[in-house]
Amino acid sequence: MDAGSEGSQVLRREEFPRLFSALEDAGYQVVGPTVRDGAIVYDRLHGVDDLPRGWTDRQGPGRYRLERRGDDALFGYNVGPFTWKKFLFPPRERLFTVQREGGSFTVVPEPVEAPLTAFLGVRACELAGLAVTDRVFQGGPVVDPGYAARRSRVLLVAVQCGQAGGNCFCASMRTGPSVSGGADLVLTEILGPGPHRFLVRAGSPRGAEVLSPLNLPPAPEEDERTVGELLDRTTRSMGREMDPTGLRDLLRETLQHPRWEEVARRCLSCTNCTLVCPTCFCSTHEEVPDLSEEKVERWRRWDSCFNLGFTELHGAPVRASGRSRYRQWLTHKLGTWHDQFGTSGCIGCGRCITWCPVGIDLTEEVAALRVPVAPAGPPGRTA
Amino acid sequence: MPAPAKPRLAVWKFASCDGCQLTMLNLEDELVALADRLEIANFREASSAVVAGPYDLSLVEGSITTPEDAERIREVRAQSRVLVTIGACATAGGIQALRNFAHLDDFRRAVYAHPEFIETLATSTPIADHVIVDGELRGCPISPRQLRELFSAFLGHRSPDLPTESVCAECKRRGNVCVVVARGIPCLGPVTQTGCGALCPSYHRGCYGCFGPQGSPNLPSMLDHLTALGMTPPEVTRVFRTFNAAAPAFRAAADRASGLSGAP
Ligand code: SF4
Ligand code: SF4
Ligand code: SF4
Ligand code: SF4
Repeated sequence: MDAGSEGSQVLRREEFPRLFSALEDAGYQVVGPTVRDGAIVYDRLHGVDDLPRGWTDRQGPGRYRLERRGDDALFGYNVGPFTWKKFLFPPRERLFTVQREGGSFTVVPEPVEAPLTAFLGVRACELAGLAVTDRVFQGGPVVDPGYAARRSRVLLVAVQCGQAGGNCFCASMRTGPSVSGGADLVLTEILGPGPHRFLVRAGSPRGAEVLSPLNLPPAPEEDERTVGELLDRTTRSMGREMDPTGLRDLLRETLQHPRWEEVARRCLSCTNCTLVCPTCFCSTHEEVPDLSEEKVERWRRWDSCFNLGFTELHGAPVRASGRSRYRQWLTHKLGTWHDQFGTSGCIGCGRCITWCPVGIDLTEEVAALRVPVAPAGPPGRTA
Repeated sequence: MPAPAKPRLAVWKFASCDGCQLTMLNLEDELVALADRLEIANFREASSAVVAGPYDLSLVEGSITTPEDAERIREVRAQSRVLVTIGACATAGGIQALRNFAHLDDFRRAVYAHPEFIETLATSTPIADHVIVDGELRGCPISPRQLRELFSAFLGHRSPDLPTESVCAECKRRGNVCVVVARGIPCLGPVTQTGCGALCPSYHRGCYGCFGPQGSPNLPSMLDHLTALGMTPPEVTRVFRTFNAAAPAFRAAADRASGLSGAP
């Protein structure tokens, strides 16, 4: 979807507030990156000063630290613990209320609040993630009304990464670091040489509309070149890599691989990986009656295949072992997702690696699964 | 036409601090709605008027620490159609179960002016070690939301929604930044059952494990993890020996850690 892109324009750092105002003038509330509690999270932004100016995030397996950069970059970090998913598919959401009326009842649907919202600072991998959740929630015969309503009111302002994080592997998954489509506006931050500036291009008519009142000058060719070099550098500095070829088959063929047992020894079944993943979509329902039983509310909350209750059928969980639960996560994400949605469930953001308390790294697990199992030894011995 | 009899509720106290019973009083407005549907027949924290049993629902707070209480809990069970234990004392022996890992006489002499008057058991044990329990609410103290859910489920003849997932699940739903990953602060959330609403991590503290072990805790891995965060074996032992010290999974973890430390 590259309608409306007529080459890039230059937005100088000092003028960034103008872009912010243009979004607000067009009626959008802005959500984007801001520093809170030792991390860069996505939240409501009220101005440029809310952006994580001069901060970066250093990430490793089970480890995330904010660090000061030596410059004033506004988007000099990669991805934090949260995803845009939470704005479209909230962690807890009331779906409807049932009200008793005499001998009958009425179902009162929950009004969906869907304010016009600009997501500012969407990474290339995250655009791919949104494409995945779009398919899950509104791409099939059953459309999730809340997701669809909110999603239709979102403007995506992407920012291409000028560096890769310690757990990033979007280059392997072919989802980044450059934005190829799906965004309404695409920004790239250039810290130098020359003045601190942004290259901006519209990716959709809506994006072009926001941009046009700014009357920005066209970008010189050398700035386009600088961006190309920047993205090449980012591609070369990926903290992780994962060969995506044949993953669907690999995971189908390695269900009895001893590696599952090994990883299960470390896995805490804590759910963190699934809840930070931009594409995991599982939920469960709760009924909340008032004590007089005059009305009952139905809520939906995020769930995870790491929970025992997730597969509980007539009193016992189907996946009782940690091994079967870790295997469910990885085989769904990288394997059966293809059968279900025609794409991988992993977009290479590395969040599940960073936010796993014990630092389990799916790229390492996949590499281990690629090692063929040694021929079975005598009974009682595992390879 | 006479109104159908309301089910009778009784609340019992064993060795405990009353905090869980107070949670019930904290239901405030909803207590009135509850009193419409349940006869509060025996709840001394709220009223000294006691209606004799049998009872349809008994909530039991506290652990068994004396020979009399070991006897009394049998009587309570005999009078109760449904018996639900509430709080870490009743479900896992409570903080007083620390005596299970020490010498009772040392405590007795250190604490009481006249130790000879103190008649007590050498252990503090959960109610389920003595009688059959139909359900439990974890926590120190219990969560008002879960208590409400218990009442509503009991009145609606359904099983309560009491997830056994980890504290991390709720921590993430709340939008907290993980204190372990972002700050290196040890947190028992991954092995602890949800219910508190991830209270401590919401205030940048590690989870203390008030709700006891989650449905499928991996304690051997958790011990390695805490050690990697720089905790010494005695420190690891201590974090598992608090309110739920006698819960089997936490007890095994503490035993294993203390074995590593070589400490008694
Ligand atoms: S599986 Fe991990 S790396 Fe892949 S999209 Fe999910 S959180 Fe990101
Ligand atoms: S990996 Fe687990 S939580 Fe995520 S979508 Fe699949 S089943 Fe759901
Ligand atoms: S892989 Fe890591 S984050 Fe996921 S459930 Fe296991 S321990 Fe938790
Ligand atoms: S802060 Fe504690 S409870 Fe929250 S996600 Fe991290 S380990 Fe889990």
